[in-house]
Amino acid sequence: MPLVYCGACSHAPGITGRAERAERADTQTRQALESAFRRMGDDIRATRPDALVVIAAEHFANFFMNNMPAFAIGMADSYQGPIEDEAFLRIGRTTVPGNKALSRRLIENVMQTVDVAYAEEWQFDHGISVPLHFLTPDYDLPIVPANINCQGPPLAPLARAWAFGEALRRAADSVPERIALIGTGGLSHWPATPDSGKINQEWDREFLRRWSANDREALLSYSDAETYREAGQGGFEIRTFIAAAAAAKGAKGTVDFCEPVPIFAVSCTLGSFQLPVA
Amino acid sequence: MSLYQVQKLIYQLNRDPRTRQRYAEERHAVLGEYDLTPEEVGALEKPDIGLLYVLGVNGQLLMHFAALHRIEWTDYLDRMRQGLKAYGPVREGVYAATGYEGIEAHDARLKAEREAR
Repeated sequence: MPLVYCGACSHAPGITGRAERAERADTQTRQALESAFRRMGDDIRATRPDALVVIAAEHFANFFMNNMPAFAIGMADSYQGPIEDEAFLRIGRTTVPGNKALSRRLIENVMQTVDVAYAEEWQFDHGISVPLHFLTPDYDLPIVPANINCQGPPLAPLARAWAFGEALRRAADSVPERIALIGTGGLSHWPATPDSGKINQEWDREFLRRWSANDREALLSYSDAETYREAGQGGFEIRTFIAAAAAAKGAKGTVDFCEPVPIFAVSCTLGSFQLPVA
Repeated sequence: MSLYQVQKLIYQLNRDPRTRQRYAEERHAVLGEYDLTPEEVGALEKPDIGLLYVLGVNGQLLMHFAALHRIEWTDYLDRMRQGLKAYGPVREGVYAATGYEGIEAHDARLKAEREAR
């Protein structure tokens, strides 16, 4: 079946872990953000997906510099998470369903063009658990986790992140199941540094303009040096948004929500692409 | 300097409950399994979050190491700032400090902008 849903959203751990501090700072923005997440969840469910591919930028929950894959896809019937201290993330540990056989078919197709690693064990961190907390709070939709290394340089070039998104789209279209897909990550941010909270709104707006237009050339024109300077090391996570844009296969995007929330350390962002109705 | 080894230990602590348990019960034995300098051992044992930050530990590892020691978020940020004062700029990695007005001032500025809309 052709891909039924394609979008992207933030995954910052502060969204759940430091929610009450945003409550003090700006109740309206936090509530609007949670509403935007719920809308995205409703939109995904409305497409009647059999599985949700989540392209995340994990943070050393599974992969480390001893053996770092540029790209990886999970291949298991269930996953555990979040790995983080429950008091830190405020999301209870749980088991999330996967679909090993479906993952395997997707991986075999992706491998036709991208040398993706596969993992039969995968612990979700906030990169997946925060979005799922809002999008599929009952954990009733099988997840196919995918990862792009955005943490331990050297990182895969943006053009390869695009190729990964294209491959995932081709793979999703090739299986009989109805597949939804989201990328999760931050735009400009300096998380877990003394500058946590710093946000380059202008840079975010320009990135989202390119993303909404699904302008491949403009999206791939960022260098990592420029991103690091203007958008921080957290900006390397644009790879997940770029892969989602590639998976949208030319469809245009709409940004449903984008508001800077310093205590969450990012411009909280949700958007989706207008795919033809499947 | 063996930043890789420091980060590997923190990675294991963050993801593996058995390593956490061993670290609580026989810390020196666990530390001895990694090729660490005396400065790094001292920073991990204390824990000196500021020094670990300056040594270049990736923030995505360090913030969970801080949480493991029940160091609250604002305190974690302050300890990194203190580290910069005590030990100088970040020596390695991509988590250097670049300057920021601070969350309270930033929130106030955003609030004023929203009200002006």
